[in-house]
Amino acid sequence: MGTYEFDLWVFMLAAFLGFQLIRSVSPLLHTPLMSLTNAISAITVVGAILLTGEQHASTLSRILGFSAVFLAVLNVVSGYLITDRMLKMFKRRGTEK
Amino acid sequence: MKLDDAVLPILYMLAAMGFILAIKWMNSPATARRGVVVGEIGMALAVIGTLLRFEVVNYEWIFVAFFLGTAVGIPIAYIMPMTAVPQRTAFSHACGALASALIGTAEYYKGLDQSGAGVSKVVMVALIVETLLGFLTFTASMMAFGKLQEVLPQRPIVYKGQNFVNLGIFAAAAGIGLALVVSPGQTFLFPIFAVLALLFGILLIIPIGGADMPTVIALLNSYAGLSASAMGFVLNNKLLIVAGALDGSSGFILSIIMCRAMNRSFTNVLFGAFGQLQTTSAAAGEAKPVHSATPEDAAQILDSARSVVVIPGYGMAVAQAQHKLREMYDILTRRGVEVRFAIHPVAGRMPGHMNVLLAEADIPYDKLWEMDDINPEMANVDVALIIGANDVVNPGAETDPNSPISGMPIIQAYKARTVMVIKRSMNPGFAGIDNDLYYRDNTLMLFGDAKSFLSSIVKEAGALAKV
Repeated sequence: MGTYEFDLWVFMLAAFLGFQLIRSVSPLLHTPLMSLTNAISAITVVGAILLTGEQHASTLSRILGFSAVFLAVLNVVSGYLITDRMLKMFKRRGTEK
Repeated sequence: MKLDDAVLPILYMLAAMGFILAIKWMNSPATARRGVVVGEIGMALAVIGTLLRFEVVNYEWIFVAFFLGTAVGIPIAYIMPMTAVPQRTAFSHACGALASALIGTAEYYKGLDQSGAGVSKVVMVALIVETLLGFLTFTASMMAFGKLQEVLPQRPIVYKGQNFVNLGIFAAAAGIGLALVVSPGQTFLFPIFAVLALLFGILLIIPIGGADMPTVIALLNSYAGLSASAMGFVLNNKLLIVAGALDGSSGFILSIIMCRAMNRSFTNVLFGAFGQLQTTSAAAGEAKPVHSATPEDAAQILDSARSVVVIPGYGMAVAQAQHKLREMYDILTRRGVEVRFAIHPVAGRMPGHMNVLLAEADIPYDKLWEMDDINPEMANVDVALIIGANDVVNPGAETDPNSPISGMPIIQAYKARTVMVIKRSMNPGFAGIDNDLYYRDNTLMLFGDAKSFLSSIVKEAGALAKV
């Protein structure tokens, strides 16, 4: 099996898993869900690090990679923090002071 | 220390597991915060693992970018008011998409340098998908950000032949992308391809109105994820494929839910230019009489009710009225009135927008009801209090087959014994659709700014409570 074929299978299965997982999320939490998945998709930071950290990277690669690391880290940090900040606000009756 | 080739795949796999669990635990507010923690752990494992790969040797630039990203990200997360969450979400979609597009661009030129002949066809297809989605999502999200922040006009802008222009530009971008797949060496094509993709993103959002923002934001969320997934194909990295696919499917499902809640199709949202059709019937409505009431009347009616359902909309967010609403909720609850909140899926400017605002005001989430659960109970409700919502309670959606929102499921506020509507004036709402509800005999119009009107009600109801 070629790598790309294997990758396609991974993609297909992950997408179906995603469909199943998201369908059980209550509409109550759709906003934090979106900011969480947004933080998760900032996994592109992996690609950005590989690009920027290479030994013989061209100047173009370095500049684009540097910008991409910045943007992805920005999304990771603000995404997770704001998701948590939102979730902290969801309280049941009786648990509030 | 450099990582062994056998350890890295395990770190990446653990990271993917963290992401999957993070999303799984979002299904309940009780476990959701735990989900954020495993998501963070997953991300940390992925980043540390990548930093320790033997290919990565130059750290200065990476750490400077890390520092800057963190320095900007932390204030954004903490200072941002909750009413600005839709804008922030659009902005972060833009950042994520731009990051993918930039990496894709760099990979393209790198591939050319190294092998002369360029990269393999399969990788090139993935690379074109990644950059196409990345660039168009970047500009589209910035446009959405501009509209939400009200830097740009919120009304949809349409002109004749718009859809042909848009589709033409998209076809041109896709065509050039295909040409690049066939012969990657044609470097002059790449900048043209990028510019067309950027341009298409802008044009795509120009005809989108504020009421359609929830669908569009969810769709852009999906594109940003798919772009990350495509990058996984380019780099042959399963973690990126999985994380991107999770984000892609999440955004896709949310936009389907939003479309369904408006009884519209994707094509209709993207190419239908909602809100332009209805200027005529809105003008016809001006002459009809309405009943209006003062805060004292409203407070009295609320105080003598047994069951109240509040239906908030984007107007509540604009007026920042959620905290006053909480005060009213407290007073009425203490007086033995049952107060619930009915949330329409597309109320506000992004999925779940209203829930976050009400939660911010400390309203317990078990008082927030979904449309399908509250509708069967509406006939037993004494007062339906509508704050800044319009289309989502418009009975025309059920009765008038000519209404532009015909068939859209609504919260059946009209079934309540008394309907009260807090509204600035009789101007039709955002979509410009006349609302028959306002002219009914059991409807009282409360004219004024939502926040100040609610504070008057709170004052009056507080006085009643003391008697």
